[in-house]
Order: sequence, then structure tokens, then C-alpha cells
Amino acid sequence: MQINAAQVQGHSLTSGRRRRNLESLAQMDLLDFARGPALVAALTVFVLGTLWRLGHVLSRPRLPDLSVAREGVPSAVAGAWHAVLRGMWPRREFRASGLFAMLNGYVFHLGLAVVVFGYAPHIAFIHRLTGLSWPALPAAVMYLAAAATLMSLLAAMVVRLTDPVLRLISTRDDHISWALTLLPVFTGMAVLSDPPAALLARDHAIYRGPLAIHLLSLELLLLWFPFGKLMHAVLFVFSRGATGVRFNHRGVRL
Amino acid sequence: MNATAVGSPVFDKQGQLSDEERVDAAMRSFVSEFGVTASLHMESCVRCGLCAEACHFHVATGEAKYTPIHKLEPLRRAYQREAGPFAALVRKLGLVKKLSIGELERWQELIYDSCTMCGRCTLICPMGIDIAELVRQARHGMFKAGLVPERLALMDRAAQQWGSPATPGDDLPDILQEAAQQHGVTIPCNLPAAEMLVTAAPAELGEHTKALAAAAKILNRVGITWTMHSAGFDASNIGFNNGDLALQERLTRAIIDTAVQIGAKTVLLPECGHAYGAARWEAAKWYGRELPVRIIHMTEFLDEILAAGRIRVKRIGESATFHDPCQIVRRGGLEAAARRVVAALGIELIELQDHGIAGYCCGGGGGVVSNQRAAPLRHKVFDIKRAQVEATGAKRLVTSCGQCRITLEMGAKQAKWAKLPESLLELVADQLAD
Repeated sequence: MQINAAQVQGHSLTSGRRRRNLESLAQMDLLDFARGPALVAALTVFVLGTLWRLGHVLSRPRLPDLSVAREGVPSAVAGAWHAVLRGMWPRREFRASGLFAMLNGYVFHLGLAVVVFGYAPHIAFIHRLTGLSWPALPAAVMYLAAAATLMSLLAAMVVRLTDPVLRLISTRDDHISWALTLLPVFTGMAVLSDPPAALLARDHAIYRGPLAIHLLSLELLLLWFPFGKLMHAVLFVFSRGATGVRFNHRGVRL
Repeated sequence: MNATAVGSPVFDKQGQLSDEERVDAAMRSFVSEFGVTASLHMESCVRCGLCAEACHFHVATGEAKYTPIHKLEPLRRAYQREAGPFAALVRKLGLVKKLSIGELERWQELIYDSCTMCGRCTLICPMGIDIAELVRQARHGMFKAGLVPERLALMDRAAQQWGSPATPGDDLPDILQEAAQQHGVTIPCNLPAAEMLVTAAPAELGEHTKALAAAAKILNRVGITWTMHSAGFDASNIGFNNGDLALQERLTRAIIDTAVQIGAKTVLLPECGHAYGAARWEAAKWYGRELPVRIIHMTEFLDEILAAGRIRVKRIGESATFHDPCQIVRRGGLEAAARRVVAALGIELIELQDHGIAGYCCGGGGGVVSNQRAAPLRHKVFDIKRAQVEATGAKRLVTSCGQCRITLEMGAKQAKWAKLPESLLELVADQLAD
């Protein structure tokens, strides 16, 4: 096999690019890595994994209900959305028995949403990624929300480890998902050294190490998201909706 | 073959399959069930354990193993290994163990003895998972594997031979004639043509013949042409409960085909919950299209003829509470219809603490009432219903499902409780006005 001059030149160019890439990677500190290739990799796995899992489930065989729907029922779409929204609030019959799970669930989900979408540095991060932004919530609200989220996570684990039902049904996924949800909250609290306004006023991060660890912990969460139960954040709409369609067809108002 | 032993898992086996063949048969069946909805529900569980709080078996015993989602563990593993989005990876890395025969045997109790497929757990599930439907799909695999409680298997064999676990079709004319004589009504049988085909539940051909007579009395008053028929008479569909899909199809077709053959426009189902599930919501799938006949439950029929003024009833004027049969109300949509009939009877309805679609199951649905080895568990569950009925202070207890009545009667007998459930149909028949 003959190798011509152009190939030699091309090879040396490719080698040079690779060398420069390696050099620039070597010059990166942990925060650069977390903000750069690690973030890209995590987002790629998150998006593709989520689409793959959802696509796989939605492409399973469809078994249409050929029975005649009960007369006068709302459309299937209306039935699905009713079930999705109805599931946001427990039925009267179960409020007492499911009180802890319900309250702790609300505290965790609302707290996490407030922290993720209400904290000024997070909004700035999302703005850099997507161009979208919105007004931040006051710092005091953020601190309270973060503390409540952390407490609810700890409480959830205590119950999971002590309640006989939860001990029986828990899997590795539950523990991994819990740990990977806790990490960003925990590492995030560790970098809460200054008020949000002061953090944003600087043109560079001064706590690069802790911030990198916080970002990397988020990236771990994103990497795990499509593989474990965190995916319920996407699936709940479809799962509740499918039941809503079935029950609506029969004239059952959930 | 009965492998029950003290201190050992409770299970029965049928047939001569090897252990490996049983596991393979169950797995093939499990995997074949995973359409979009079942897959979404397999994917969505967050293992919050709330379903335990809705299950009468868990509430009555406090035992964690009765947590509804735990009953689906074999199905979950089959899904993750064979049908899930990462199945290849799961198998390659050995992340989920293959099911063993021992596990399937142990799960028989959870799938058959301690689940009535009542679906109450769906109401509490934050993901809206229809666990009852998934348990039914799990039963299909258990049946294929020959791992069904022997009493249910026995009924299955009888139904395969006779078209009903109660009696051969050939005996139907004699049974109806006796019931007609006993109760002083006319019960047409095997008419070559009729507007309505009327079906029965097995108990109505035995201890509950009064219900047959009540239906006949009302139908004769309405003045339509109707008949029962030896070729298709038992709507309870033991195949639906057992997980025997072939039998379910055969029993379904016996009724629908008979209705078409005699030119009936309507099939009237008895006061039976699973009959409603099997015929009203499932029958069409065997035909691949909408059915050529209307399927209607007895409660709907009573509601319609009362509303249309085709019958009138005398008022009872007493208080009663109503037990909502799961397959007719929670999974059937007839909550309001039953209450309109109760109102027409002039009954002061005092609702149970948990009623309507959130009502507790009687504890005998899904074949549990027929599964004698589940009786001790069923009696514990009965205490929930008894306490709620007593709390109403109502004079009478009414329901619209024969299987619920039998379960409640058995529970009452065991608990030496004087209040016996009454049939809504029989109340209407007894109160017919001139």
C-alpha cells in the first residue's frame, strides 16, 4: 500500500489537532472540564437516553380498546388530562394513610423546583445554555427551599430504610436515584458562600473546585436520569394519561 | 397436584410440564402482554409503597408482602429482562435475575389468593399505574405455566367441559324449570328468536335462583321477548379470572354468537362484576371490532327501565348502605346508576366511609371467593367492610353483584354477624308496583 504526500500531510494535521486538544484538556481545571466536555456528555446522554426510553415504550404494540365507550363520556384526550391533573392531589379516602408520603413528596418536588428554577446563579447557567431567563426568587426563599429539600430527602431515606413495605419493594435504583439527587443539593449548599447577587457580580468563579464538584454531581444526575426512576418526571404524564383514557372510556371519573 | 405444606409457600401445580418449561411458558406469556400501556406502567413505578395503603389485604393484615406492586415482581423482572428499553444491557450485565420456578410458585399466593383485581390501588398510585390489569396479565402467564390454585383450576376444567363451572348447558332447561316453579314465574329457555339474551352467574343456577326469578319477573313485566339459552348462559367467565385466555374467548363467544344467532339486540348480564368486565369491556377484542350486540349490566337495565317508566316500584322507606362492586363501579363506571335505582326504591342511602369508586372490595373478587385456601385471609378483609357497614347505622346492606353477596354472606357467617347483603335486583323485583 502506497502512502502519498497529501495523506502524510493530512495525518500530521490530524495528529497536531489531537495533540492541541490533549494539551488544552491538560490545561483545563476541573471546572472547565465540568462546564465543557462533561456537561456536553451528560446532556447528550440525558437527551438521547430519555428519548430512547420514551420512544421504546411508546413504540410497543398498541392494543386498541374495541369496546363501545360509555355514552356521553369526554374525549380520550380530555380523560387523559383529567387523570394527569387529578393525580396531583390525593383522594379524600387516602389523605390520612398517605399523609407523610404526600407532604414529603410535595416539599421535595416544590423545594427542588424552587431551587433549580428560582436561584439566580441557576437561571444564569440555564441562560448560558439556552438563552432563556426569568426573574430570580429572593435569596432567603432559596435557602429555605434548599434546606426543606434536603430534609425531605433525608426523611424519605429514613422511611425507606425503616418502613417494612418500602424495605421490601426498594431496589438498587431507589438508592442510586436518591443518592444522585441528594448530591447536587448537598454540593450546591456547600458553595452557598455569598448571596446570589454577589456571586453573579463577579466575572469569574472564586470557588472553582466546589463549583466544579457541584456541576459534576448534577451531570451524574443527568447521566443516570434515563436509566432509573428519575425518569418518572417524564413518564408520569403518559402513565397517568393511559389510565385516564382507559377509565374515561368506561365512564369512570377518577 | 397439591404441593401445600405447613410452613412452605402455598401453591398448586397443574399438568406435566417440567420446571424449566413452566418458567419459559410464564415468561413468554408475560412478555407478550407488554403493549404501550402495560409498558408505561411497568416503567413508571417510583416504589413509594402507597399502593399498600389502598389494598384491603395489606390494610387488614399489615403484612408488607401484600403490597400491590410487590405482587407484580415476576412481571417487572420479565419486562426488564425481555421487553424494556435496556433489556439487552440488563441481560448482558446480569442486572436482573431470571425468574426461577421457586419464585413463580411463591408468587402464586400473591397473584391469586391476595389480589381481587379490584383496582383500588390505582386510585392512590401517584403514577396512575393500573396494577389490577397487570395482575390479570400476570395470571395469563401463571395459567400457561400450570401454576393456578387447584380450586380455580378445577372450575376451569369444568367450564371447559360444560361452558360453565356450575352446570352443563344441557341441564339448563331443567334448572330453569325448577326455579320457575319454585318462584312462580315464567323463564323462557332456548327460544329460537328473542330481542334479548339473558345470562346468569353460576350462583344463580344454584343457591341464588331467586335472582333468576327476580330478573324473569321484571323482564316479563317490561314485555320484551327474551330468553336464556343452553348454548350461552354463564356470563361469569372463569377464564377471565383464572388467566385462561382460551377459555375466556370461548365463553365470550358462546354468549355473543348465541345472541347473534337468535337475533338478539342486547345481552343482559347478571348481577356479577367480572361478567361485566369480561363481556362489556373485553368481548370486542375477540371479534376485532365493535360487537354487533349491546352488552348491558342488570343495574344499567334496572336504571333504564325505571327512568323510562317501564316499571314502577313501591318505596321501601328504610335506610340502607350500598356496597359498590369493584368491577361494576370502580372499573365499570356504574356508580350513579346503582344510586338512582336505590333512590327509586325510596331507600335512605347512608354511604359507607369509603364508597363509590374508592369503596373497599368485598375481598372475594378475582376468584378469591372460590379459592378455599384463601378463606382465612378473606375473613380478615371482611372485617373492614363489616366495620364500615356498622358505622353507617343503616338497617340494610345492598349490593349489585352476586359474588360480592356470597363473599359477604360467608364473611358474615364466619363472624357471626346478623346483617346479610341483599340484591338490588331482588329488591326491585320484590317492590314491583302494579
